[in-house]
Amino acid sequence: MIDKRVASIDEALAGLGDGMTIMFGGFGGAGVPINLMRALPGTPANNLTIISNSVRFLEDYAHALFVEKRVKHAVASAARSRGAASGISELQLADGTMTLDIAPQGSFAERIRAGGAGIPAFYTPTGVGTPVVEGKEHREFNGRMCVLETALTADFTLMRADKADRYGNLYFRGTQGNFGRDMAAAAKCTVVEVREIVDGLLPQPEIHVPGVFVKRIIQLPDARDA
Amino acid sequence: MSYKALSRNQIAWRAAQDLEDGMVVNLGLGMPVLCANYRPEGREVLLQSENGVLGVGPVATPEQEDRDLTDAGSQLITLIPGASIFSSSDSFAMIRGGHIDVTLLGGFEVAANGDLANWDADMPGKGPLIGGAMDLAVGAKEVRIMMQHNTRDGSPRLLEKCNYKLTAPACVTRVYTDLAVVDVTADGFVVREILDGLSREELQAKTGAKLSFAPDCVVLKTPAV
Repeated sequence: MIDKRVASIDEALAGLGDGMTIMFGGFGGAGVPINLMRALPGTPANNLTIISNSVRFLEDYAHALFVEKRVKHAVASAARSRGAASGISELQLADGTMTLDIAPQGSFAERIRAGGAGIPAFYTPTGVGTPVVEGKEHREFNGRMCVLETALTADFTLMRADKADRYGNLYFRGTQGNFGRDMAAAAKCTVVEVREIVDGLLPQPEIHVPGVFVKRIIQLPDARDA
Repeated sequence: MSYKALSRNQIAWRAAQDLEDGMVVNLGLGMPVLCANYRPEGREVLLQSENGVLGVGPVATPEQEDRDLTDAGSQLITLIPGASIFSSSDSFAMIRGGHIDVTLLGGFEVAANGDLANWDADMPGKGPLIGGAMDLAVGAKEVRIMMQHNTRDGSPRLLEKCNYKLTAPACVTRVYTDLAVVDVTADGFVVREILDGLSREELQAKTGAKLSFAPDCVVLKTPAV
């Protein structure tokens, strides 16, 4: 019997350890795995690489990870806090205790998609002529200069959806899917927090991500209400 | 003579008038998203948002608000009939794959050859933020920029060469400012519309590159929105 349901956050994050790479779904406040993010400082995870469109959300919900300098590298399209003052991750960038691979958002998404799809690298015109692709291999296709971008994969993906079934099939509300749809396939262990684990199995038209990409599901309330 | 510079809403109104029936348009954060309020009636313009929406409707009223339905700027939105929602990689397939007719973006600087700088203003202690700008600048069929003609200290933003790090080279086709509508052509900046009461010499003095004036250059008029 296929059953990916877990009952506790400890079980959901079991195996998350030193030196690992974690992807985080979520954009604009939708699909952010807030419960799982909040639990991260309580795990032994250290020397982490994080892959998240924006660093800010993790900084908001797992602040201690940055206070304790447990994030050593970030891949993101946005690493800027709100307001004029520096956020704690910006201070880490300035003092060199965290490094950053800043990526155009489309290249970021495609690197994750490629990682989940078994494509090691691809060429894109995005970023050519800017400092963010300096040092990367360039090649011209059909008269247009492109740059080689490499795939991203991870040990864990943490994301949130609305509903799941025991197969790990996922249903999103609104714009919850965003990066999570791509990240689910790109990690060895994809953990999804959901509002509801349904009885039985989701009907086919409601399945946005096939369960084959998902390892663990856990039912947790919407942390934005807390 | 004296003139009155356009407000942000007036710049948005003017930019929105150029969105044609049937266009698929991506609006950047800041001033560009205001264009959604000024789409001319009777035209179907589909708005795309990078987080994976085609068919963005008006910003949600308090009764409509749904925290799981946002745009790329974290605004709570509504959907129009026929809207679709998809993954981030599909969203950028749409953008990079040439399926977006126009993107309207904010800008720090635009050069006379169409170079755009709009992502890194070298703020001390602040991290970088690219977002979708580089993919939009490379992938949209047309890149139009909305910005103040000058910085707060009066320096020009239309330049021979950008000072800030580029978003993409030679991509901008038109710039809407609080003073003028300026096209980027093979011959550099060409002014299409200029505020009433602002002389050509004054506009040139506020600009860091040579301006030409179109033979049919007209007065830049907007309603009091």
